Amino acid sequence: MAVLDSPRIVSSRSQYADSYTLSRYLATGGYVALRKALTMFPEQVAAEVDAASLLGRGGAGFPAGRKWSMLRKSPVSYLVVNGDESEPATFKDHFLVERDPHQLVEGVIIAAYALQVSQAFIYLRGEFALGLERVQQAVNDAYAEGALGSKIFGSDFSIDLVVHPGAGAYICGEETALIEGLEGKRGFPRIKPPFFPAVTGLYGEPTVVNNVETMSNLPWIVNNGGAAFAALGAGRSTGTRLFALAGRVNNPGVYEIEMVKNTFRDLIYDPQLGGGVFEDRAVKAIIPGGVSAPWFGPELLDLPLGQDEVGEKGSMLGSGSVVVLDETTCVVRAAWRITKFFSRESCGQCTPCREGSGWIERAMYRLEHGGGRMEDMDLLLDLCDNIAPGLSWPPQQTTICVLGSSIPSSVHSAIKMFPDDFKAHVLHGGCPHD
Amino acid sequence: MSHFHPEIRQRAEELVALYPRARSAMLPLLHLAQEQDGYLSEAGIDEVAALTGTTSADVRGTAAFYDMFHLEPVGKYVVGVCTNIACLLAGGEEFLEHASQKLGCAVGSTTSDGLFTLEETECLADCDKAPCVQVNHRYVRTTTPATFDALVDELRDGKLDNDVPAHGTLIRVRRSGGLRVPRQEIVDQRALSTAARAQRAEEAK
Amino acid sequence: MTDVIRTTVSITVNGRELEVKTGELLIDAAERAGEYIPRFCYHPRMEPVGMCRMCLVEVEGPRGATLQPACYLHVNDGMSVCTNSEKVKKAQDGVLEFLLANHPLDCPICDKGGECPLQDQTLAHGSGETRFVEEKRHFVKPIEIGELVLLDRERCIQCARCTRFSAEVAGDTEIAFSGRGDLIEVAPSPDKPFNSVFSGNTVQICPVGALTAKPYRFSARPWDLEQVESTCTTCAVGCRIAVQSSGNRLTRVLGVDSDPVNHGWLCDKGRFTLDSVDQNADATDVLDPATRMVAPMVRVNGVLEPVSWGEALDAAAKILRDASATPEGVGAIGGASLTNEGAFAWERFVRGVLGSDNLDAQFGDGLDPVLLQALPRATIDETASAKTVVTLTGDLREELPILFLRLRESAVRDHHAIVEFAFGPSALRPVARLSLVVRPGEAHLAARCIADRADAPTGVAFTNEELFEARRLIGESGEGVVFVVGRPNVAEDPRVLEDAIRRFAERFPDAKFLVALRRSNVAGALDMGLSPRLRPGRGFELTSKGRDTLGQLEALRRGDQKALLLLGGSLLGNVADVVGATSALEKASVIAVTGHGGPSLAFADVVLPAAVAHERSGTVTNIEGRVSAVAAKIVAPGSAWPDVAIAAELAEQLGQSIGLTSVEQTAKTIEESTGYPALSVANDELHDGAVVGRLDATSLRHALDPMAFPGIRSAESVGLASYTGATVETNAVDSVHTRPATLDVLGHAPNLEVPLADAYSLRLVVSRRLYDRGVAMQGSPALDNLIKATTLSLNHVDLDRLGVEAGAIVRVTGAQGSVRLAVQLNEEVARGSADVAFGTLSATGEDALAALLDPTSVISQVRVETR
Repeated sequence: MAVLDSPRIVSSRSQYADSYTLSRYLATGGYVALRKALTMFPEQVAAEVDAASLLGRGGAGFPAGRKWSMLRKSPVSYLVVNGDESEPATFKDHFLVERDPHQLVEGVIIAAYALQVSQAFIYLRGEFALGLERVQQAVNDAYAEGALGSKIFGSDFSIDLVVHPGAGAYICGEETALIEGLEGKRGFPRIKPPFFPAVTGLYGEPTVVNNVETMSNLPWIVNNGGAAFAALGAGRSTGTRLFALAGRVNNPGVYEIEMVKNTFRDLIYDPQLGGGVFEDRAVKAIIPGGVSAPWFGPELLDLPLGQDEVGEKGSMLGSGSVVVLDETTCVVRAAWRITKFFSRESCGQCTPCREGSGWIERAMYRLEHGGGRMEDMDLLLDLCDNIAPGLSWPPQQTTICVLGSSIPSSVHSAIKMFPDDFKAHVLHGGCPHD
Repeated sequence: MSHFHPEIRQRAEELVALYPRARSAMLPLLHLAQEQDGYLSEAGIDEVAALTGTTSADVRGTAAFYDMFHLEPVGKYVVGVCTNIACLLAGGEEFLEHASQKLGCAVGSTTSDGLFTLEETECLADCDKAPCVQVNHRYVRTTTPATFDALVDELRDGKLDNDVPAHGTLIRVRRSGGLRVPRQEIVDQRALSTAARAQRAEEAK
Repeated sequence: MTDVIRTTVSITVNGRELEVKTGELLIDAAERAGEYIPRFCYHPRMEPVGMCRMCLVEVEGPRGATLQPACYLHVNDGMSVCTNSEKVKKAQDGVLEFLLANHPLDCPICDKGGECPLQDQTLAHGSGETRFVEEKRHFVKPIEIGELVLLDRERCIQCARCTRFSAEVAGDTEIAFSGRGDLIEVAPSPDKPFNSVFSGNTVQICPVGALTAKPYRFSARPWDLEQVESTCTTCAVGCRIAVQSSGNRLTRVLGVDSDPVNHGWLCDKGRFTLDSVDQNADATDVLDPATRMVAPMVRVNGVLEPVSWGEALDAAAKILRDASATPEGVGAIGGASLTNEGAFAWERFVRGVLGSDNLDAQFGDGLDPVLLQALPRATIDETASAKTVVTLTGDLREELPILFLRLRESAVRDHHAIVEFAFGPSALRPVARLSLVVRPGEAHLAARCIADRADAPTGVAFTNEELFEARRLIGESGEGVVFVVGRPNVAEDPRVLEDAIRRFAERFPDAKFLVALRRSNVAGALDMGLSPRLRPGRGFELTSKGRDTLGQLEALRRGDQKALLLLGGSLLGNVADVVGATSALEKASVIAVTGHGGPSLAFADVVLPAAVAHERSGTVTNIEGRVSAVAAKIVAPGSAWPDVAIAAELAEQLGQSIGLTSVEQTAKTIEESTGYPALSVANDELHDGAVVGRLDATSLRHALDPMAFPGIRSAESVGLASYTGATVETNAVDSVHTRPATLDVLGHAPNLEVPLADAYSLRLVVSRRLYDRGVAMQGSPALDNLIKATTLSLNHVDLDRLGVEAGAIVRVTGAQGSVRLAVQLNEEVARGSADVAFGTLSATGEDALAALLDPTSVISQVRVETR
């Protein structure tokens, strides 16, 4: 049974059609948290975030409080909000920027205050045209309200916030590539070490990069305390989380539910959530955490939706996306399309990702369309191994960034879980599903 | 002689002033150049190069990295259809094929009347509405061939000009002014707060 | 108790413990220790990027051994590295397989075959067969991305060496990565082709055959080539080069990484002008600088006819005997195109045999050589590491390109301050800390103001703020400051700049000077005494009363001098006052000793053909006083002789001897009689040369990166020793038999009468272009399209004041006439001045300078009118 009685921490205004307007925001507790935060010392605000044990909601799941504490001491530092949501089948930040932009802006200002950064930026993917407009409007409103600018709300704290559009590149969701984009360059990820943003980030200065959803949690955490947040969920996976459910379910959508107390089965089948699989078909596979994540079979449906729980089983909660493949899905085609995505989005800096993704994509295409050979499965696994040696999880990588080590996830999962499907393609001379 | 019209030039200079380094304005400036010309012309690229302090080769190369920038003219309406995993499962490939038929142009090209460009895109982050379509980066929730056809007809007739501006116009909400806080004010404040925090840490011992 | 700063750390590589330099890159440290790690994108002269992933090695860390790029890691104490484990080998094999997946099977038709790091590393680390059965990517190929460089997109492995060079080293970012993923291409802007003067370097450092050079394309296979290491003499920087030939035909020049000089880089003029040496021996027009002189000639009935050496020497001797009847009746002009040995031989001939003090290797286009000799000299390294560099030169990228690269690196990477005396447009402007605008006739005033802490006088272009900043950056004594001095404006009396230089030298005793005279071996020729008061071995003779070039031309016009020995045929192509020089040549009996034709030969009575660069061995001296060896690679055409032989034979013809028999013996004589380095450098395996008078000037060459010098696995295999560092003992100048000049011999500074600024006139700046109409360019058709038509440039203020549109044709009137020229806009030209390139032709094809130059005044002024 799904646990659905947790508070709506980031989606409380979704019931209102005008949820994105300033008037609705102010009428529903808007900017109460910021005013409260300004009466606390910056480190006290950070302590609440730490107490909340808020895991980053972008994909890596790194604790926000810990990331904040790693910010190198420097007269100049920056806060950059990652709204580049481009991980396939992830659409929860889209929801937040269009439906509750003020909440995001307030969260960002709270974070900027806690971190005492010099300037804050919200980077939104360029395809979020409406989201960019709404967030820009929210920023304008914040200035007008006195929540941004010189000495906000009469405090000693001044801060400017700039909304920055991306221009269509998945790799810019990687934090160092995001920074490169914000510096006006190609989104080429930087090598870590040494370029951990908290140490050397935007313009070489210490920078915190946090996800849109992570920031959106801050007003509630300040208002209710970090402990209240940590009382939800379990273990390291505290609070609620937005899950973006897509694929072969009756009710795809964004759902805010409590972590760990709910399982994949709850999310997919509960009538108030996913509502079950299309035409009552059997689940063939689940892709948790975005297409960078290895797949799960139906035997893991009762796995709790928790960071460590999922990690222990060899995948990741990642961006909070869950895609359901049913018995009619061709896994070869699915894995091919995911590989094609990585090939098109590879930044091109390093050899294994740039060339490997293209090779794997072409081989998968050949398998899907009739030119497959039995040895192709071993070949594909070996090519994957050359990109992510050992094919372990968490993966090792020969590449500069984790896009590379994400390439093998779908191919490896598909081959490992459904070898007969691949063999059938070879024997059939094409896709048996057509 | 600026290639940018005076109002665009004004906005360009305001954009540059929002960032600690001029080059950071690269992407917003390229969007602005595209807003004026509908695509990135060589003159637009040269102008952005001058504003960001780099060369045309560098600007062009940077623009070409990003999918939203077009170095050749495109249609008034750029129709993007996603075929990534969620949309694939919802029949996105078939939908793309239909779109190509209805519009009368191949994927990746522009109709002969210059009205539509059809693109196959990657995930548009709208997966519960699969198969996903954007026109000039605005979501248009048409998930069936019939509703798509109706949309195309409406666009042709100019009925959706308020909702879907011509290609290039991305953000219609202007920022209400530049940065408000002088740099020195930030520097001074942060110095004070750092000192105060150190003081508190000392006292806590 | 002091902390010891360790200069070495201890690491373990493949079980071996090594002491390596603190902060060094792991890839370099391992290579020095004999553990070569394969790589593509890493280049020792550029910042590492860790992109190709070929250099992955296993490094022990808190989570076990992980694969890390060796080019990106700095060594840490206790680091433990494995470069040959199974995991590393699989990674290397994997990277190569990935690279080769789409790489076309072009080896049989690819220039790089045989010297290709991709081939070499595949053989060493890759598998023998491919598993790739898919369709490779295809692109239209090759594409001309510039006048000289072609791109093959299919071969490109996206290592970014070329784009990084363009952005980081050359600083002009003319090419950049365009696109994303496997569609990334190296691309210039469509309307701005890749015509940087440094474009050829990208071809050399490209690790595959993606970038090829048009002049070299398909012309040879590396295994057919023989090579020697030599010194480039196209300009005076003296870059180290490897000259390659096949069957007595010059095929290619590559840059060799010399630590004190060029770091492996070359400019395109030095790289691509080989044709001017050996491809024009059949040409017959003696007035064309491209033509090689291959036979002795004597003018008979007004026409130059080929004759035997005996006849030519006889005719020449007769001219000289007749002319010597008049006191000071003979003289020699030229010498920058000679080696030191050649210059030494001619000096002995003119002073010893002819008894004349009339010698000059400069054409009135340089600076007072006595002043230059008196300055405390800096090396290029010292200039690049100086905290402040003050430049009093023209645009260094046009005159001494590799020096420009060294200074640019010093400003951009090391944040040193460049204080630029801004005479006109300059490629250093964007990276200079301060640009002090200086019009013609103002440089000495600015120098005085800086030195004496005076305010700027009224009417000058420079401001008090600029002076203040300059003083602050130079400091009190000039310690840590280097002045780079040249001749930025041939239309300005050199005494203006000489006054400035002298003032700086006197006021800042701790400062040093880098002498940026641009032509070929002018530094060596002067050091060999080819100037009235100079003597061989960087010596000086106070009492000498000989005539310099302008003095000789004046005397020839008056009839006081009868004969002229032209050493190199380029007088009329290089002198500012062509009209005056022409009338001098008309009156004189001229013996031209030259390898190339030229307009001066219209007046030659005898032509003695000489061997030129790459045809003769010896030594040359560069701008820092570094003596380095040049090597002959091919045989001179026809019956051209080396200059030493010509001078010796001519002496014999006059019944005398200069005591020199061969180049080697001459080098020995130079060294023994003057102490100036010569033979020891020529014989020295280190090849990097010796800086005159500097015991502390090191002569290092980094271990040659086989990737930078493409495909050559080790320098030893091709006869080039690879050294990690060595200091060469040089002979201190003290042992030179005649002492060098000092500042006190210069006498009083002249009072320069600079005409007042005339509201209607503009002061003329005559600047240089790299791609000019000299010998090297005329003989190299590959560079023809790079020669830009030049014209008069004005600041917008002056264009507006004159009511002239950029591009309009105007009448420009100077002291000697009027010409019609197009004007263009250039904001870097100072207001009140007008910039024109040396050699500019008017709208009707005449040399513009002939009309505009005022040889009687300190500056030349011109009027611009629309009709």
